[in-house]
Amino acid sequence: MMAEEHIILQNVHKEFQRKDHAPTIALDDVSLTIKKGEFVSLLGPSGCGKSTLLNIVAGLEKETSGSLLVNDKPIKGPGNDRIVVFQESGLFPWMSVLDNVMYGLLLKKVPKEEAKARAMDWLQKVHLGKFAQAMPHELSGGMKQRVAIARALVTDPEILLMDEPFAALDEQTRMVLHKELDKLWRETGKTIIFVTHNIREAVVLSDRIVLMKTRPGGIKNIFPVQAARPRNSSDSILIHLENRILTELEQEMEKVLKEELGSDYALKTDHLRVDPNNNMGSDI
Amino acid sequence: MLILITIWEAISKFEVFPAFMWPPLIIPNDPGGVTVIKTLVEGIISGQLLEATGASLIRLFIGFIVAVIIGLVLGFLIYKYKIVDDTLGFFVTSLQAIPNIVWMPLAILWFGLGVGSVIFIVILGAALSITITSSTAFKSVPPLLIRVASTMGSSGFHLFRTVIFKSTIPQQIAGLRLAWALAWRAVLAGELLGGSGGLGTLLDLGRSIQAMDLIFSIMIIIGVIGSFIDNFIFVRIERFVLRKWGIQTTH
Repeated sequence: MMAEEHIILQNVHKEFQRKDHAPTIALDDVSLTIKKGEFVSLLGPSGCGKSTLLNIVAGLEKETSGSLLVNDKPIKGPGNDRIVVFQESGLFPWMSVLDNVMYGLLLKKVPKEEAKARAMDWLQKVHLGKFAQAMPHELSGGMKQRVAIARALVTDPEILLMDEPFAALDEQTRMVLHKELDKLWRETGKTIIFVTHNIREAVVLSDRIVLMKTRPGGIKNIFPVQAARPRNSSDSILIHLENRILTELEQEMEKVLKEELGSDYALKTDHLRVDPNNNMGSDI
Repeated sequence: MLILITIWEAISKFEVFPAFMWPPLIIPNDPGGVTVIKTLVEGIISGQLLEATGASLIRLFIGFIVAVIIGLVLGFLIYKYKIVDDTLGFFVTSLQAIPNIVWMPLAILWFGLGVGSVIFIVILGAALSITITSSTAFKSVPPLLIRVASTMGSSGFHLFRTVIFKSTIPQQIAGLRLAWALAWRAVLAGELLGGSGGLGTLLDLGRSIQAMDLIFSIMIIIGVIGSFIDNFIFVRIERFVLRKWGIQTTH
């Protein structure tokens, strides 16, 4: 089961047309195979095309060339076998929390009573059973993201696509949600693609980390993470890996900054350092 | 309020203006003489004012409902198709710059003096306004919500019904409130010029027989109905919607 290939990207290429400009290459010749039940992070600085890649898998954007297979079938647009959780929860403000979670089920023509029971079940899994009747604006950012995760998982998609889902949250909330997501992933066995710019987040959560590069966007390196779960971010394997990734990223960032800032750049080299006492993870 | 009434009565009692121009509000100048309140009450009892009010309101509602339908459909088309936006959208904005009443001579030529012309300018005035506010509302639907819904498999009419339209409701209500005020003005202006009964026509009658008490009575009715519908219908709906959406919490 674990070895089964779930998502296959072959030579995926994506360009954005701009007025009066040469097209921007967002993804250049990306090939990646993701196994069933695997947790893969796409890590990289902004502009590396990680979100574009996720959107292509989601079917929200179309690749310019190359092929993309999910369960050996090409993707035609969005589908409820692949659900995206975005950086902002995107809860419908006019619906109660429960109705938000039920949305995808009712869309799939699940009978109302059953949909309600399943939605309640998921709200309890994300510890929000008491808030079923609350309106989204009454919830905190972390609670909203929990609802968004429940809303995505309640329809039992095969693939969960997460686009920097915790980036807008404070660090404490983020760490709690890491643990919960890890637990949910182990219980449900979903294939997860997780976009992030936080190295520690990627290291703590993933089976494999795909480090991406910019100009043109693409894959720079892939790091397997072989630490046992549940993980602790102070695990020496993880810290070692984090440093390795950071070193590679620094080269990448250096390239980007040099291009952007030119000669002014020399002053800024020291900004990218890991603080070993900082438990929050280093951002790019 | 009391002060205003006192000033009014004083102006009338001291005959600053002739009595036919400034009738007393409550206390008659001669025993059994004319007052605005008396005319108002008598007009309501005799049914003359009520009938006219009913006629105006029916026109208002017919015109307004048709305008809402036209406005929402056009607004949606402008949002959905860029070509419609570039052509019709521009056209609508230019038309809206023309005050309603300017259409009246044209309406009278097309539909004759009567109900037809009045309803025509009500529809025109309100529909243009709703078209503009609803297209703006549709254009401002957060793309994130559409992406969320489509990633869960929603599309086409389902997407419109469950997300796009729902998301615009607070702005649509504000738009309807604005359009309603325009429609109310249009009804009265239309009736003033186009005849056909209703409060506006009665107002014109009051002018021609120099019955200032009647004119003031009608103005009071117009003001009361206008603020009643605005305060008791639109403001309440608006407040409810905003609270539910969490845009504004009233406490």
